[in-house]
Amino acid sequence: MALIDGWTLSRVGDATLVVECEQRIDPDLNACILQVAHAVRQRVRPGVLDVVESYCAVTVHFDPLKTDTTAVALDLEVEVAHAQVVVDESQSFGRRLTVPVCYGGRHGPDLEAMAAFAACSEAEVIARHSGEVYRVYMLGFLPGFPYMGVVPPKLAMPRRLTPRLNVPIGSVGVAGQQTGVYPLTAPGGWQLIGRTPLLPFDLRRSDPFLFRGADMVQFEPVGPERFDELAVD
Amino acid sequence: MSVRVLRPGLFTTIQDSGRWGYQHVGVPVAGSMDTVSHRLANAIVGNEASAATLEITLVGPELQCDRPTLFAVTGAEFNVRLDGAAVAANTSYLARAGQVIRFGRRWSGVRGYLAVEGGFDVPSVLGSRSTHVVSRMGGVKGRALRTGDSIDVAMSTGRAVVEGTRRTSIFQMPTNGIRVRAIVGPHAEIFGPVRLRAFERTRYRVAPESDRMGYRLKGERFSLSDDLNVISSAVPIGSVQIPPDGLPIVLMADHQTTGGYPRIATVISADLPLVGQLKASDWIEFELCSPSEAVRALIRQERALMTANG
Repeated sequence: MALIDGWTLSRVGDATLVVECEQRIDPDLNACILQVAHAVRQRVRPGVLDVVESYCAVTVHFDPLKTDTTAVALDLEVEVAHAQVVVDESQSFGRRLTVPVCYGGRHGPDLEAMAAFAACSEAEVIARHSGEVYRVYMLGFLPGFPYMGVVPPKLAMPRRLTPRLNVPIGSVGVAGQQTGVYPLTAPGGWQLIGRTPLLPFDLRRSDPFLFRGADMVQFEPVGPERFDELAVD
Repeated sequence: MSVRVLRPGLFTTIQDSGRWGYQHVGVPVAGSMDTVSHRLANAIVGNEASAATLEITLVGPELQCDRPTLFAVTGAEFNVRLDGAAVAANTSYLARAGQVIRFGRRWSGVRGYLAVEGGFDVPSVLGSRSTHVVSRMGGVKGRALRTGDSIDVAMSTGRAVVEGTRRTSIFQMPTNGIRVRAIVGPHAEIFGPVRLRAFERTRYRVAPESDRMGYRLKGERFSLSDDLNVISSAVPIGSVQIPPDGLPIVLMADHQTTGGYPRIATVISADLPLVGQLKASDWIEFELCSPSEAVRALIRQERALMTANG
């Protein structure tokens, strides 16, 4: 089963190589991408600084003076070819995480707007958002920020026109078909519908990153009292 | 051994060669904006290229050493004094215990680098000492220096370095603008030849909102259709991205790891340090070049760094 149909390998700037597959958000394609990225990362090459997976691309950042770019390009080609015929199931299934979320009120200032957007009640927005199991396709934007999908079409509200200057840590947001959790208090434009007391990024933990690519995440609605209890722990 | 901050300057942070290896979990690289001046400062005091230095922005600090400390200043040209005496750029000096290094007027460039023998010894976070202010990571508590901070200095690795070691600058600091080289793409087909020519012909100005995340440019706006859909992927430093308002942003050291805006070109590695020396209202022009030209320019720069003994 060839999951990667078309792909291109190109150099971006003088210090990056990219394999790009079809431009679509698809769990099977993304599983192949994660497999390629993982395999290329394992082939530690001198000069390679970072291997970054995203929805449908793998990017290798390298030092142009210390890297055999032909070898790295070949690594990418070989691993993509491999992923076209062999999908390692152990790679394509992430962990299952349940993330408690207090929806609406002060924790989700855009819940009301989203209910208006979806022409339904706030309770229905909560039921629909927490009724899905989301795949973590990639991390980016901020340390530990998960790009998850796919949000039900009815809730796929675009980003705010004017980003907020201070989105509180743990805020759960929606941007089109994507949903995510803010790992830090930072500026951001996603529609905020709730907040989790969990910390997506915490340097005090042995693994600071709560989410990893391929994780399957379900949000569990909790009340404000439960949020406060969990936030204290 | 430590250095005490009597006055912090406008925006002084600890930077090294960056927090590589964690972009796949969303951690920005950070690191010095002018990597060449950062490395030169370290070389003059006998440090490894990756040792942590102070990156000084527009207005410099006032620092007191509690022990004899060998230091050097590179990058943007400031009027620097050690107590009363003038401190020349690109030269090692020995500050005696209690002496004060004072940054005064700036002449050219934006970012100065101060290296001390041994390097600044703040805790390493995910393999780097670089400050990333947005994620409050690295440096001194993840923020710019404040009055009263005391920064430890690591023991010297033992390479014998003497006062008065002098090296020549690798490039001239921009005074009001520069022309930089860039490689076209990755989304050249979105822009087409007409817009690419316009990109090469336009003299842009640096907007005041520019910072370590990116240089926002003013000039002719790109008109792109609204339904452009680029699925988010990893973006390298130097990317010239075009957000919906049509005005280019050059991504710099603190940039987000991923992005979804179309990118017209990528500034070559050898010219990025120069971009890091631009200030608001300076001009910038782009000249497209080939990847091999970019690598040749980087090799020339590396050779200059290796042989810059004066």
